[in-house]
Amino acid sequence: MADPVQIDVAHIATLARLHITEEERNLFQTQLARVLEYAEKLQEPDTSQVDAAAHAVPIHNVFREDEARSGLSVADALSNAPHQANDLFIVTKVVE
Amino acid sequence: MKAPDLTALSIGELQPLLRKREVSAREVIEALRTRIATVEPKIEAYLSLDFDDALKQAEKSDVSLPLGGVPLAIKDIISVAGQPCTCASKILRNYRAVFDATVIHNLKAAGAIPFGKTNLDEFAMGASTENSSVKVTRNPWDLSRVPGGSSGGSAAAVAADAAFGAIGTDTGGSIRQPAALCGVVGLKPSYGRVSRYGLVAFASSLDQAGPLTKTVRDASILLNVMAGPDPRDSTCLNEKVPDYTAALKGNVRGVRLGLPKEYMIEGIDKQVRAAIEKAVEHFRSLGAEVVDISLPHTEYAIASYYMIASAEASANLARFDGVRYGYRAENPRDLFDHYSRTRQEGFGPEVKRRIILGTYVLSSGYYEAYYARAQKVRTLIRRDFTEAFAKVDALISPTSPVPAFPIGERHSDPLQMYLADVFTNAANLAGICGINLPCGFAQTENGTQLPIGLQLLGRPFDEGRILQIAQAYEQSTDWHKQRPSLPITEMS
Repeated sequence: MADPVQIDVAHIATLARLHITEEERNLFQTQLARVLEYAEKLQEPDTSQVDAAAHAVPIHNVFREDEARSGLSVADALSNAPHQANDLFIVTKVVE
Repeated sequence: MKAPDLTALSIGELQPLLRKREVSAREVIEALRTRIATVEPKIEAYLSLDFDDALKQAEKSDVSLPLGGVPLAIKDIISVAGQPCTCASKILRNYRAVFDATVIHNLKAAGAIPFGKTNLDEFAMGASTENSSVKVTRNPWDLSRVPGGSSGGSAAAVAADAAFGAIGTDTGGSIRQPAALCGVVGLKPSYGRVSRYGLVAFASSLDQAGPLTKTVRDASILLNVMAGPDPRDSTCLNEKVPDYTAALKGNVRGVRLGLPKEYMIEGIDKQVRAAIEKAVEHFRSLGAEVVDISLPHTEYAIASYYMIASAEASANLARFDGVRYGYRAENPRDLFDHYSRTRQEGFGPEVKRRIILGTYVLSSGYYEAYYARAQKVRTLIRRDFTEAFAKVDALISPTSPVPAFPIGERHSDPLQMYLADVFTNAANLAGICGINLPCGFAQTENGTQLPIGLQLLGRPFDEGRILQIAQAYEQSTDWHKQRPSLPITEMS
């Protein structure tokens, strides 16, 4: 396993689509290195015979009736939009 | 009844007055408005209040309903149609919910009146409410100290009689820990007991909504209405909802309580330890049997929790992209700049830290070492509880290792803040239920007294049992009757 202190905060922030300043990068680098160092504890217990738990309560195949019901109105859906016009969300240009 | 007396009542005490029409729902709202105007400048528990709407709801309230005319404060991470739902963040500062969360739907259908939204750590990430991007909420027992978190506004409001009861959410202790630090009752239901639909998701496998109240009975009254299956949340289990108030009867003679030895560690405040030891003796005097028990994987809970919670948070918070709702950065150069600057400007430091930590532990090369490993350790933690509950009916521990700490003391050290959850977050990993109840006071150097909280943990879907045990303790002590003497001018 890589040394956790090497966490490349700038790269991870890019993956998370989160711009960070130089100052934040240095701060997070130090703070997260400490947190990950603490998390090294997780290597101690023997988990060779243990399944991973994604949920506290393992339940599968929860079904309900497929009934039509009303959803949000156009006005409600747009009511929190940062930019809108003609009943549409105005988004940042996607294609060149 | 004069306003200050009215707001001092519990929900269980208020209900008969409303039903017998000795007070009207309108008078209750007016009394609350007066009380909040008096104490709110000191504690700053609320992010928004809508008394005009509350009065309209009061006018048409049906007091024959289970919660008819009972006003409730709601943590500002739960959707109440037409009210702001900011999560104490900048990115949702102007967001208004367009639908009711299922818990709110259930509470309104039972006659409750949600009138205000309470402060929290931004997106519920924190243990002191200092991570709110809006303001710092103060502990009513000592205004220089934190109320705990993340449901700090909810706990402070109830403790200061600025709410009859409040709804919070608990991902790693966010109901129980602030309840402990503010001296109120706080119940985290079992995972799947209460619908998560309409809660702004932090960590989907851990989040649960629950009540913060003045009494154990009030917690039962609210859980009765909040619990139950929901077709909109497939993780909300299809289990019958018993009458939790009916479960409160009886004594604890013969009940077996386990005292996990791993929870009575070094680092527990001396006064907290003494209060818990005294509570154990009290339970014995009531006829309960208290035995030592071991939860051997306790020391791994915090590490497991922060890997899993951060991973889930990084995925859940990907939805905040400035496209359909929320804050959007001005004049983006391109789509990447739009996303990354919107999130840079919209999220606070703790949220950014968790997004980065979560993205890291899920990223290629680290997934197995951190995230998958944490999930396996989660299985071990669950097993610890399963084995413990084969021997005892409930577990007893401190809720927080320390009483309320000074504002600013831990704020600059994330790891120290994470350790505040040491006794609470294993319950979320295991999906079991837990409750905080007041069990004493710690004296500070400057002469103030701070509440100490006792935690009871119960089997999944055994809320009735821990409520009954809590009720037996509460009714034979008077900690819950003590209220902070806020340095304010009472209005007559």
